[in-house]
Amino acid sequence: MMSFFQMYGQKILTAIGVHFLYVLVSVSAGFVVALILGILLSRVPGLARLALPVISIFQTVPGVVFIGILFLYIGMKPATVIVALAIYAMFPILKNIYVGLLEVDRNLIEAAKGCGMSPIERLLEVELPLAVPSIIGGLRMATVYTVSWAVLASMIGLGGLGEFIYIGIATNNNALIVAGAVPAAVMAITLSLLIDWAKWRRAGKTGQQ
Amino acid sequence: MMIKILMEHLYIVFMSVLFSVAVGLPLGVMAYLYRRARKPLLWTSELLQTVPALALLGMVMLVVGAGKLTVIIGLLLYSLLPIVHNTFLGLETIDPGIKRAARGMGMSKMDRLFSVELPLAFPMIFTGIRIATVTSVGIAVFATSVGGGGLGSIINQGIRTQNMKLIARGTLSLMAMAVIFDGAMAWIEKRLNRRASA
Repeated sequence: MMSFFQMYGQKILTAIGVHFLYVLVSVSAGFVVALILGILLSRVPGLARLALPVISIFQTVPGVVFIGILFLYIGMKPATVIVALAIYAMFPILKNIYVGLLEVDRNLIEAAKGCGMSPIERLLEVELPLAVPSIIGGLRMATVYTVSWAVLASMIGLGGLGEFIYIGIATNNNALIVAGAVPAAVMAITLSLLIDWAKWRRAGKTGQQ
Repeated sequence: MMIKILMEHLYIVFMSVLFSVAVGLPLGVMAYLYRRARKPLLWTSELLQTVPALALLGMVMLVVGAGKLTVIIGLLLYSLLPIVHNTFLGLETIDPGIKRAARGMGMSKMDRLFSVELPLAFPMIFTGIRIATVTSVGIAVFATSVGGGGLGSIINQGIRTQNMKLIARGTLSLMAMAVIFDGAMAWIEKRLNRRASA
């Protein structure tokens, strides 16, 4: 066991770092795009009626395919993984932003209008803050998915924890599978608990459930 | 060849959802009946779904070896969350008035569960099964990595040989399968709900 860590310890740490970086960058990028699109969809109801079914169909495309197709076009670059993961991360966030904005109590919006707030002020100071619990829910889902799909980066030779899992499966090396699978699982669980905690803290502060 | 792979994929999904219901339904009922078991059960099923799919399959493979069984067990564990949660929620959200009426008629705990509560919770449980099925169709792509075949093998082969047509064929079949399952089961769900409210 000791020799295993001596041999792979450094590599595992690097893989955890790379994996985490993929998740961080692609979820952030997906979040920004989802925020813009979500706000747009909530302002233009006709567009939402068209876009939402399309999005739910796209969501059934597995991450392997995004990575695979982008790999053929962009090649073996980190950008391939990040773009594919960002697209995948965007869907659940977008859906939750849209639903969260839609579910804001109409009376509150009327009240904001009555206070003389401009549409931008209403969005930034009333609607978005009220939609935060739903948005965080989407963010959590997207993060957990992305940790899971980032395993695929190694499929096109771009490192991350998947490398250990793939090599372990291919060479029947149990220790390698564990070395990839356990940190990946721990990362997903830790991130999801962290986001839950942030949500819980915020709920405590504003007194909402 | 295509048909065989499609059937393989369907077989994996079908078996894993079947076993997942067989395991998840009693667990959901247990979470409802025994307050003490509730938190650990709901929490464990949530934890299982957080584990990356390939990592979960890899770990199952350590125990049972490569093959379809690994995939089915992995997907079973993955599908537990929606089934356990929805069974629990379905039972928990039944109108308390109905539960009290059943008790007032002198029904035993088991009688109430099987003749009143489970039938009323069924639409909600079915929603859980639908979510589990659609998710399983997507995750079953990983089957090929642990020697389980299915549509993932076509997609992987397409990526490896840079064959766009093959990737498209695998992906479109997969999407069609997910959309058809989702649509058909949503339709059944609507009918169940209508019957329940009538």
